[in-house]
Amino acid sequence: MPAIVVNGLERAFGDVLAVQGIDLAVEEGEIYGFLGPNGAGKTTTVRMLTTLLLPTGGSATVAGHDVVAGARAVRASIGVALQEAALDPLMTGRELIRLQATLQGLPAAEGRRRADSLLERVDLADAAERRVGEYSGGMQRRLDLAAALVHEPRVLFLDEPTTGLDPVSRKTIWDEVRALNDGGTTVFLTTQYLEEADQLADQVGIIDSGRIVAEGTPDSLKAELGHPHIQLQLAEGSIAAAEEACRAIGRLLPPTDGRTVLVEAENGAADIPRAIRALDEVGIAVESLELVRPTLDDVFVARTGHRLEPEQEAGGEPVEA
Amino acid sequence: MSRVVVNARVVWALGMRSVRQTFRRPQLIAPIIVFPTLLLAIQTGGAGAAISLPGFPEVQSFLQFMLAGAMMQSLMLAGNSGGIALAVDIEMGFTDRLFSAPIPRFAIVLGRLAGTAALGLFAALWFLAIGLIFGAEIEGGVAGALVAILLVTAAAMAVGGLGAAIALRTGRASVVQGLFPLVFVIVFLSSAFFPQELMIEPAKTIAAYNPISFVVEGVREPIIAGIEADTTLYAVLTILGIVLVGLVLSSRALRHRLRVG
Repeated sequence: MPAIVVNGLERAFGDVLAVQGIDLAVEEGEIYGFLGPNGAGKTTTVRMLTTLLLPTGGSATVAGHDVVAGARAVRASIGVALQEAALDPLMTGRELIRLQATLQGLPAAEGRRRADSLLERVDLADAAERRVGEYSGGMQRRLDLAAALVHEPRVLFLDEPTTGLDPVSRKTIWDEVRALNDGGTTVFLTTQYLEEADQLADQVGIIDSGRIVAEGTPDSLKAELGHPHIQLQLAEGSIAAAEEACRAIGRLLPPTDGRTVLVEAENGAADIPRAIRALDEVGIAVESLELVRPTLDDVFVARTGHRLEPEQEAGGEPVEA
Repeated sequence: MSRVVVNARVVWALGMRSVRQTFRRPQLIAPIIVFPTLLLAIQTGGAGAAISLPGFPEVQSFLQFMLAGAMMQSLMLAGNSGGIALAVDIEMGFTDRLFSAPIPRFAIVLGRLAGTAALGLFAALWFLAIGLIFGAEIEGGVAGALVAILLVTAAAMAVGGLGAAIALRTGRASVVQGLFPLVFVIVFLSSAFFPQELMIEPAKTIAAYNPISFVVEGVREPIIAGIEADTTLYAVLTILGIVLVGLVLSSRALRHRLRVG
């Protein structure tokens, strides 16, 4: 039986339909990556699945319970770490975990034991008596994750758990998510990071403008595209002229910056000499080139016609869609 | 554990958090204790001769008369601060942690109100201690002091309910904070700091119908004269009325919050 089943789920805010009738199913023990840009409807979906927001249409069950009719049973089965770590800066780390244990109905002694164990697990034992307001962003996310785990939930919802974190903190969270999943916890993870979805998720759902535009394993989604593309960084010359020259080689993909041309290579590496010759003929020099295999970003482009917001890519520069 | 015990533990834990939060945030404790104490000192120091006015109730000292007003001001500000703290929780997303836990929604509000009630209790004890230290007598004795303490504690909880309802409805600390001056207006337009009989119109009529006057008289009577059944009953009924209004508004605001997220 799937851990999460969503049928035609909708959420309207006035005239705006933020989530437009999505369907998905997450199997028990799976990591489901819900990928999409800002404003795509990821957080609204998570808020409905975690009973924080009433749907305006459709239905959903989590851990076998309806999110509206069985909201309390859903809450007892899930752990939630939302996008903005829901922490009180005036509490200490230990106080927060113990409060969470009480909220989950654990006896006091058990709550104390689990708080100690979880603080150790997320490497916050030494900071347990410090106020949360003094924690770094990475420490706060780890504490939030620990709090979500205090009652050993069947299903864990993580809403953009690594947004804004440095690479080391991000990797720590990834390792923890993998370890949890190895222990049998179903994880529903929203992210704007392609790499995160690629690395962690068994299944990926790509959402854009409130609709799921693609769903499958990361490999199957990439395989649907089939062709790699050539990424040509120009040393000089007009990008418009370069694109015109490359048009005969294959489909042009939206550029990532003002110096790079992306062209689909149906024949793989065999298309590279053709591309260089085509640019040479119009007097455009190439500084570097790379044959790039399809990524989830390409899947996103193929399905939506535009890229994920660029600042969401780790270390990326803003680009036009 | 039975569900009742679990819910009681949740209310206790949230109440304790609320109290800790107040004492760890000086900007919350200052209005509740420091301002009313300063106002009490200034008023009793500068307007003590008021007790000689014809029509002023029979009191041992102006300080004795003023204690109830100081407690009232303190508990009103405690209720407002509780609302601000709840609105800050909403802004920070902390209430999402509570709403996504398998606890009844009323426990979340009740936990906050338990904290506000604890602050009311603290305020009552604080001002009674100040009164006793500076020579004010509690005419109703220990029983009178207990009645005053219980009324202040309950009233703090009742006023806190209104603060919580506004916080839940608006979700913005700035809005609840904006009511701060209103607290002073409501308290000053009651018999908290001056006998109703000596006020001039329209303040006199407003004070006569101001619910705060009924509560303050219920707290004052055991201090300046002794327990008086009717006055106490009016205070209790007024508090129950405020509780009822607070409960209805909070419950509607909670439902609204779930609808809008």
